[in-house]
Amino acid sequence: MNIVVCVKYVPDAQGDRTFKDDNTTDREGVDGLLSELDEYAVEAALKLKESGEGEVTVVTVGPEAAADAVKKSLQMGADKGVHVCDDAIHGSDAAATSLLLAEAIKKSGEYDLVLAGLASTDGTMSVVPAMLAERLGLPQVTQVSTLEVEGGTVKGRRDSDVASDTIEASLPALVSVTDQINEPRYPSFKGIMAAKKKPVETWSLADLGVDAERVGLAGSWTKVTSFAKRPPREKGEIVTDEGDGGTKLAEYLAAQKFV
Amino acid sequence: MAEVLVLVDHTNGEVKKTTAELLTVARRLGTPSAVFVGANVDAARPRLAQFGAEKVYVIDNADVTDYLVAPLAEALAAVVEQAAPAAVLLPSSATNKEAAARLSIKTESGLITDALDVQAADGGVQTTQSAFAGGFTVQATVTKGAPIITLKPNACPPQAAQASATVVPVELAVSDGAKSAKITGSEPKAKSGRPELTEAAMVVSGGRGTAGDFSPVEAFADILGAAVGASRAAVDAGWYPHANQVGQTGKQVSPQLYVACGISGAIQHRAGMQTSKTIIAVNKDEEAPIFELVDFGVVGDLFEVLPQATEAVKAKKS
Ligand SMILES: Cc1cc2nc3c(=O)[nH]c(=O)nc-3n(C[C@H](O)[C@H](O)[C@H](O)COP(=O)(O)OP(=O)(O)OC[C@H]3O[C@@H](n4cnc5c(N)ncnc54)[C@H](O)[C@@H]3O)c2cc1C
Ligand SMILES: Nc1ncnc2c1ncn2[C@@H]1O[C@H](COP(=O)(O)O)[C@@H](O)[C@H]1O
Repeated sequence: MNIVVCVKYVPDAQGDRTFKDDNTTDREGVDGLLSELDEYAVEAALKLKESGEGEVTVVTVGPEAAADAVKKSLQMGADKGVHVCDDAIHGSDAAATSLLLAEAIKKSGEYDLVLAGLASTDGTMSVVPAMLAERLGLPQVTQVSTLEVEGGTVKGRRDSDVASDTIEASLPALVSVTDQINEPRYPSFKGIMAAKKKPVETWSLADLGVDAERVGLAGSWTKVTSFAKRPPREKGEIVTDEGDGGTKLAEYLAAQKFV
Repeated sequence: MAEVLVLVDHTNGEVKKTTAELLTVARRLGTPSAVFVGANVDAARPRLAQFGAEKVYVIDNADVTDYLVAPLAEALAAVVEQAAPAAVLLPSSATNKEAAARLSIKTESGLITDALDVQAADGGVQTTQSAFAGGFTVQATVTKGAPIITLKPNACPPQAAQASATVVPVELAVSDGAKSAKITGSEPKAKSGRPELTEAAMVVSGGRGTAGDFSPVEAFADILGAAVGASRAAVDAGWYPHANQVGQTGKQVSPQLYVACGISGAIQHRAGMQTSKTIIAVNKDEEAPIFELVDFGVVGDLFEVLPQATEAVKAKKS
């Protein structure tokens, strides 16, 4: 079974994330890493591979530094990587990104399963997987917390507030997984060494045959027009419990008319 | 004026408050038309009329409701083709965002998710969203097609404006492709009897500091009439259902009052509660980052502070 996993390189949430003058996410001036939520997708792919046979290819769309996301995935155990990288991609929105991912996936060969994470931790839209399914004409089994593949059928559990649904589709299909699905592995020393020899292809727009006018800041269908740092909250009143902390809390609530 | 489509959020025809909010927002951009998917439109019509829907497009087709995202996207695309709207507004939910995503590709129109506000601007729209776990506010616009926007709850106070809510049935033949992923089983979830997390005016949450005992958190929530939330650490430990998780990979809440008990305040937790109006924390550790956010904080053991606070609130109420 051939599995393609979409992985994104994102600014570290623990660092000082910010925007650039052109209102795009700053991806150069900050520390980046493989989006934590995509580690669950990589792990899900590796589990499937280990229970049968097949190959795991990871695909990323992003600047040069995004090669790190591919590298980490290879260290975890993926077999090969594809990095779509081109200056003209800078500023692509979700729809433009999904176009590039779709073209890269088509170019990378035959596949049975396309896997993605729940959301990118920077954009947090949770829309690229559905866009990809639409573009590739695939059934979508998205935001699942369990995953089984058997006899050409993929099955997963999708939870909502009112119900826990089982969703099924036949392969090839697009699947996105939540952070409830597994516990992503850490790269082992062996994995780190092995990753150095694994093949990574870097493709430009020309390699994909995508017109530069369809991506980037100019080709995107949405545009961020301004950003502002939220002012820090004013420092509140902090009391130390000396046997009356609960009473003070209740008094505060009463003063604020919550009670 | 061009139509603005609003996807109705309802259970069996009972219209949710978010729909009234979206219809109110839609009036800034054009003439609101509701899009009603499912049965029982008659039950919904009075409320849709009250908040300004001139038309109600009705798609009552089991192929849309029995399957997941793709048929809903086809249904919306059919209405978009018929109405040629100025914009499409949907309540933010996992399913709606994904349907909006597919609609965006089908109609080659820009998509913005989780807007906190939408205004008309220069013949288009200007939206406001929060970014990077609530650390930033950004404004955005759609540069291609009829804007597709999903909005968070409480985007604006609903304002009534009577309209006719004329029913327009929409015929739809869902493609086989869209039916290729199907729901083969469904287990309803038990109801807690407490307010819904995302709609509640007050939320009391517990974290690792509860050590698995949520009873003081629940008792305090109940005396206030609040919903109960949990940190991921508490959910991962199996102490509370995932449906109650607050944060980046859980629910994003923005209540009048948020009380964090035994929660340290990690960035991923903040992402789900930072925009709450008033924030209170109870934590043993005075260095816990949650205290940077609070309006009022108690440094103390939640097993002492919460029961005392519960009793004191009870006394004030009687
Ligand atoms: C990709 C990703 C997504 C994530 N998504 C989420 C998310 O959606 N929601 C979320 O919450 N987290 C999320 N997390 C996890 C997050 O990083 C933290 O690990 C988590 O929020 C910690 O939960 P906690 O505050 O309950 O536990 P801890 O950080 O362990 O804090 C427990 C606190 O309880 C206090 N305490 C202990 N005993 C008591 C007592 N008796 N009385 C009072 N206080 C006490 C301690 O002082 C401490 O501050 C995510 C992480 C990642 C990597
Ligand atoms: N630039 C990208 N490169 C590779 N995969 C991506 C990219 N952007 C989004 N994805 C995939 O789509 C998922 C959802 O992203 P989003 O819709 O941006 O929240 C992520 O978890 C990834 O699997």
